[in-house]
Amino acid sequence: MKQDLYLGVEAIGQAAIDGGISGVYAYPGTPSTEITEFIQGSKLAKEKGIRSKWSANEKTAYEAALGMSYAGKRAMVCMKHVGLNVAADAFMNSAITGVNGGLIITVADDPSMHSSQNEQDSRYYGKFAMIPVLEPSNQQEAYDMVYKGFQLSEELGVPVMVRITTRLAHSRAGVVRKEEVQENPLKMPFNPTQFVLLPAIARQRYKSLLQKQERFEKAAFESKYNFLKIGEEKSLGIIACGIAYNYLKENYQEEACPYTVMKLSQYPVPVALLHKMEKHCEEVLVLEEGYPVVEETVKGIFKKNLKVSGRLSGALPRDGELNADLVAKALGKETTEGTPVPELVVNRPPALCQGCGHQDMYKALNQAMDGYSKGRVFSDIGCYTLGALPPYESIYSCVDMGASITMAKGAADAGLIPALAVIGDSTFTHSGITGLLDAVNDRSNIIIVISDNESVSMTGGQDSSALGKIETICKGVGVDPDHIRVLVPMKKYHDMMVQAFKEEIAYEGVSVLIFRRECIQAAARRLRTEKKMKLNPKA
Amino acid sequence: MKTDIILAGVGGQGILSIASILGEAALREQLFIKQAETHGMSQRGGAVVSHLRISDREIASDLIPLGTADIILSVEPMEALRYLPFLSRNGYIVTNTTAFINIPNYPDLEVILKEIRKQPHFVAIDADQIAGEIGNKRASNMVMLGAASPFVNIDPEKIEAGIAAIFERKGEEVVSLNRKAFQAGLRFAMEHR
Repeated sequence: MKQDLYLGVEAIGQAAIDGGISGVYAYPGTPSTEITEFIQGSKLAKEKGIRSKWSANEKTAYEAALGMSYAGKRAMVCMKHVGLNVAADAFMNSAITGVNGGLIITVADDPSMHSSQNEQDSRYYGKFAMIPVLEPSNQQEAYDMVYKGFQLSEELGVPVMVRITTRLAHSRAGVVRKEEVQENPLKMPFNPTQFVLLPAIARQRYKSLLQKQERFEKAAFESKYNFLKIGEEKSLGIIACGIAYNYLKENYQEEACPYTVMKLSQYPVPVALLHKMEKHCEEVLVLEEGYPVVEETVKGIFKKNLKVSGRLSGALPRDGELNADLVAKALGKETTEGTPVPELVVNRPPALCQGCGHQDMYKALNQAMDGYSKGRVFSDIGCYTLGALPPYESIYSCVDMGASITMAKGAADAGLIPALAVIGDSTFTHSGITGLLDAVNDRSNIIIVISDNESVSMTGGQDSSALGKIETICKGVGVDPDHIRVLVPMKKYHDMMVQAFKEEIAYEGVSVLIFRRECIQAAARRLRTEKKMKLNPKA
Repeated sequence: MKTDIILAGVGGQGILSIASILGEAALREQLFIKQAETHGMSQRGGAVVSHLRISDREIASDLIPLGTADIILSVEPMEALRYLPFLSRNGYIVTNTTAFINIPNYPDLEVILKEIRKQPHFVAIDADQIAGEIGNKRASNMVMLGAASPFVNIDPEKIEAGIAAIFERKGEEVVSLNRKAFQAGLRFAMEHR
C-alpha cells in the first residue's frame, strides 16, 4: 500500500476530502490551522468544489457547518481548543438538534500551552454536550477516524468530535489513504422541526439525546479503536487514552507489557469494557493527555476498592504535555537522562519580526503614554501580544479574542482614563465589532488601536476577514468619522503617530486609530511569489 | 536499527528543510519515520525543535525520550546545548558555530563553543562560512546535514539523492549548490569527528 508522509493535521484534511465533505469551515488557530490550509491547497478539493475559505470566527464557522449538515451534506468545522469556547453556544445546541449530513468538529488542544493562553481539555466539552468523541493515537488513526466519522455522525444522528493535541497535529508519519467517497446529495431533514429548539421541541430533542447515550456507549464498546489486552500481572492495569497509548508502547519496546492495558480512543467511556478490565487488576493507572477526564469518570464506575491513579493522584503531573519519560516514571521504570542544560543557556522567547509594523506602533504608543501611570493599555490575541514583552512592555492584558476593546471599556467606565485597546485586524472582525458597538452606545472614553497588518499573521498569514473593511465597519457601528484615523506605522512617521495618539487621548469618546502596514512576512511571501511568476508565468 | 535526531534552531532558520530531506531519504529506504515539528508562536524567532525518528521497525512515540537521542543537529550553537538532556551517552552533537543573535542577553559565543567542546562527541562546524565559500550562505543547512550524515543510519549517497529530489523543481543550479554544500559538510565531519 502506498504510504505518504502527513502531519496529523494534514491527514485529517485529506480524510475529510476523501470522506466526502462538501465544505470545511474554520478560523485559524494553532495547532488546528493546517487542516483547513491543507484542504485549501488540495487540487482534489478544488476539483470537487469543496468550500474552504476562512470564516470570521469559530462561531460563524460552526453554524455554517451545521447549516451544511442541515442541507444533508457532510461538513467539517475545525478550531483550536479555545475556539470551541467561541463556538460553544452553537456546539452545545447542535448536540440537541442533531445532524442531517455527517458533521465532524475537529478540535486541537494545546497542552503545555505552546501557542495558547490555557490548556483546556475539549473532551470535557464532548462530555458536556453528550456526543461521541474520537481521540486518535496516531496519524493513521486520525485519518481513519475522520474518514469514517462522517458515517458515524450520520448513523448516530449527532455531531462527532475529533480531539487531537499539538503533538499529533504537528508530527509527521506515514498514512495510507482510502477510496474517495462522493459527496451527499442535497437532502432536507426528515423531521422539519428537528432544528427548531423551541422549549417544547427542545425538551423532546434533549430526551432523544439522552436516550441515544446507550448507543454511543455501545459504539465505543464495539469500536476497533478501543480494546483490552489482558496481561498476566495483576498488580496494575493501565488505561491509555489517545496519544498516551504511544508513550506507553514506547516504554515496552524490548519486552511485552505485563499489565492489562485498555486503549481508549472513542468516548463515552465504555462501561462494559471497564467492568471487564477490573477483573484483571488491583489498581489502575490512567494515562491521558490533558485534564483528568477519564481518571475522574472511571472512579465512579470501577468497584469501590480499586485504586485509580493518574494526573489527579499525582502519579503524573497535573499540567503540561505527556511524554514517554513521564509515563516511565509513573510506571516506576528506570529512565535515563543526558547531561543537564548548561546554565549559560538563556531563554529565546518569540519576538516581533524585524521591520514589523507593530513595533513602530508600540514605539509611538509608549511615547504618547509616557506621562501616564502604567497599566492602561489592554490587548488580546495576535502577534501584537508580543508587545507585552521587553523591549516594549506596552500592554497589560491578553485574555481572549476581542477582550482588548471590552476590557478597556470596562476600565474606562470604572474611571481609568485614558484607557486604550490594542487589537489586530483579524481579531477585530473575529470578536471586536460587538465590543466596539457597546463602547459607542455607551459613549465610553476609550482609544482603540487597530494594528492592521492585513493578514492573520501569528498562525502563518491567512487571509483576514477584515481586509479593506475596517473604516467602513467602524463608521457603520457609529464611531464619529472625525475620530477614525488611518496611519502608516513607519519610523519616519513616528512624530505624526505620537501626535495622533495625544489628540485622541484628549478626545472624550470613542476613537479608532488604524495603523496599517502589510505584515513583513506576508510581504516577503508576496515578493517571492511575484518573482516566481516573473520567471515562470505559467506556474 | 534506529536514529533519533533532535533538530534544533531558531524560528525562521529552516530546520524543517533538513527534516524533510532526511524524511524523503528514509521513506525511499522503506524505513519508518516520525517527525514532530514546532509550529505557531515560537516560529517568530523563538527556540524551535523538531524530533525526527527513523527506524526499521514501527515507531511508537512522536517524541524522543530523554537520554536516547543519537544526534543533536543544531543550526545554532546555543540551541545545541538546550537539548543536552535528550542526548544519549554515545550520541553526537553536530552544530553550526555561527550564532543567531536576536536576544539582548545572548551569552559570549566563545563560552558556548567551549561548553560544546567539553562534550564527549561533537562536530562543530562553521556552516555559514563553508556555504559562503561554495557560493551561497543559504545552503548552510545542507552543510549541516552533510556534517550529520555520518551518524545517521542511512547511506550518505541516499541522503544526497533526497536533496536532489527536494530541490529538483528549483533547477539544476540549486541542486548542484546544495549537493556541494552537503559534500563539504560530510567531508568536514569525517575529518573532525
